[in-house]
Amino acid sequence: MSIVNGILNEVWIGNGKQVPLEQIPILAYDIFADSVLTEYVNGSRVAVYFGVPPENPAEGVSLEIFAVMARERHSDFAIYRTSIGERFQSLTPNCPQLHLFEREIAEQYGVVPEGHPWLKPVRFHASWRPGHDAWGRDTSIHPLAGAMDFYQVNGDGIHEVAVGPVHAGIIEPGHFRFQCYGEKVLHLEISLGYQHRGLETTLIGGPHPATTMQMETIAGDTTIGHMTAYSKVIEGLAGSEAPVRAQAIRALGLELERLANHVGDIGALSGDIGFLPTASFCGRLRGDYLNMTAALCGSRFGRGLVRPGGVGFDLDRELATQLLARLEAVETHTLGACRLFFDTPSVLARLERVGRVTRSTAEDLGLVGVAAKASGVPRDSRFFFPTGIYRETFDEMITDELGDVFARSRMRYREIEVSIKIIRRLLANLPEGPVRIAPGPLRPNAFCLSMVEGWRGEVVHVALTEEDGRFRRYKIVDPSFHNWSGLAIAMRGTQISNFPLCNKSFNLSYCGFDV
Amino acid sequence: MLRVIAERYRQGSWTGKFPTQEPCLPARFRGLPIIAPGECPDGCRECMDLCPFGACKLRDGQMTIDLGICLFCADCPACTQGKIGFSADYRLAVRRREALQLHGGQPLALAEPLAPDLRRLFGRSLKLRQVSAGGCNACEADCNVLGTLVFDLGRFGIQFVASPRHADGILVTGCLTENMRSALLATYEAIPTPKIVIAVGACAIGGGPFRGSSEAGQGLDALLPVDLFIPGCPPQPYTILDGLLRLLGKRG
Repeated sequence: MSIVNGILNEVWIGNGKQVPLEQIPILAYDIFADSVLTEYVNGSRVAVYFGVPPENPAEGVSLEIFAVMARERHSDFAIYRTSIGERFQSLTPNCPQLHLFEREIAEQYGVVPEGHPWLKPVRFHASWRPGHDAWGRDTSIHPLAGAMDFYQVNGDGIHEVAVGPVHAGIIEPGHFRFQCYGEKVLHLEISLGYQHRGLETTLIGGPHPATTMQMETIAGDTTIGHMTAYSKVIEGLAGSEAPVRAQAIRALGLELERLANHVGDIGALSGDIGFLPTASFCGRLRGDYLNMTAALCGSRFGRGLVRPGGVGFDLDRELATQLLARLEAVETHTLGACRLFFDTPSVLARLERVGRVTRSTAEDLGLVGVAAKASGVPRDSRFFFPTGIYRETFDEMITDELGDVFARSRMRYREIEVSIKIIRRLLANLPEGPVRIAPGPLRPNAFCLSMVEGWRGEVVHVALTEEDGRFRRYKIVDPSFHNWSGLAIAMRGTQISNFPLCNKSFNLSYCGFDV
Repeated sequence: MLRVIAERYRQGSWTGKFPTQEPCLPARFRGLPIIAPGECPDGCRECMDLCPFGACKLRDGQMTIDLGICLFCADCPACTQGKIGFSADYRLAVRRREALQLHGGQPLALAEPLAPDLRRLFGRSLKLRQVSAGGCNACEADCNVLGTLVFDLGRFGIQFVASPRHADGILVTGCLTENMRSALLATYEAIPTPKIVIAVGACAIGGGPFRGSSEAGQGLDALLPVDLFIPGCPPQPYTILDGLLRLLGKRG
């Protein structure tokens, strides 16, 4: 149901829908830039921005760029497309949300965004166009992770703290470089890429037999979020939709995933503060939610639950009743653990006014999900771009105000309450019908986008197909891609000892960012 | 304080009785694969072609499954004759890479305890440094969960520590990305000898879903001498715990 307006050279597309590539005009770069920036100024934001090698190589064209702007006010996405040579004018100075996307394009294809204020590698892999490197490095050698110029502050009493890639706990790897004056953090630079598994290159020419399992492990804690986004891309390209019962089971999985992670996060925050009761309770309760997912599909992380065309597992009345009873018991304990946490003055004293991200900063950076909502920015694709069962079941988007660690924690508490309600409603009224209808062949030469509200925020997948329906390009945006910059900003001016707390309050994915 | 005590009372006690009591796993849990007995049809080699990761091989006309590569997929596509199923057996950890080759009708050679000298050193106190090298955070989460009160890893004398200098061994997850290789090796080097190496999950054992990617490795045993392999994607927490306890001679 994409609406194509041939006169204005604009293409709008709904969530999970496809549009023939030929209907997306290739704009001259200055018109493209103007269109993207106008959208931005009018309140749209960058959902995804990526490069694709041109289908027919032409003189002076190295790359095509697609910009997809999310338009909450219209519940749709505007797509712009352009082609560039080896260098192009960076739009980041006018639209900060693009900073990582442009760096990513530079790293992947060896083209240079001129005037980019912070042009550094993102994931430290060799350019996908051998012989072309944005930094003039030797493209035959794998770059060294973290080999870049870090921002440095100089002066009396200034010192630098470097942490990672290997951290102290059981955590994924990443490098953090703090510029400090005493305890005070002047600047934090986050350098990732250690988890880079080369997924997007692997997906070219797909879907392959291994693709399903790779989608489920983009970020293991968001297995259902990413797998639903992928399935919707396949269904969109096939021109079909999953049956309504399958959509309900997907939502069930997605909300259980949200519950497990949100409950775990409150426990982890509690542990970092040293408030052990809630830390212990939530550690156990998180497992209870994971085990409910395992009751559905055998895997605590939802492996095998979601499949293109529907779901891999159905549940009968008995299992639904069983899950409802388990939910009842776990809910009491979850809310009790949370209430204890949020009613304890010493806990609140540690959470409030720490690691603040203002609403305008959150908007400038294009933060999504829990982090955006905590700063008062309404961002929830279940509400603005609903698909499946969410078209009827979701009307309770929650936002907070101050954007501090407290707000990010309370967001989770309040989302836990909503998710429990959604699950109860779903389990009590599961629609009848099949749970899977195999999607047909994928439409050739098409562009398809899907957005799913994972527990951290929006998960975006885009596929462009070839003549034969295979992937010409598959682009994945984990919510963490938008939000890591938010963590860096939250640390500015605060004490370095607040880092664990700030970090947990965002709890971002390294592998989801690094893909 | 009274509220804390009241809530603590309401939450009750949850510490599991493992290993004296077997864990209660969900009905749909996929544990040790079962290869149905009997010959495969003549000339059939579809499992070798159909497993996306190449976990199945034929040896003398008999199917074998490499548990280090198998992802225990819910919709295992490898055999249309229905010869592959999954049991509820969560015990999968072994000491040698070859022991992960599952032949039909033969039990898995579950992990033997460490040699007596190492057991004397680590048997009552084993400190592990965990390194994620391209893990998706599922294996990591299921290692982390061992510290929660249901599993209560500490009661077995096992603990994850913050520094390799405090560790007796390294527990590795992830598909061993190119970008983590040097940090992983440096962490291993920083652990005082004698030390043990544990590979957790299909990624660490053989690349997992990313097997074949130029950014992923081919398995930890190509880099370090591995003492314990714990298969799964991710392994069930009890699978990991069972493996650790076997290594210390506390199960068997």
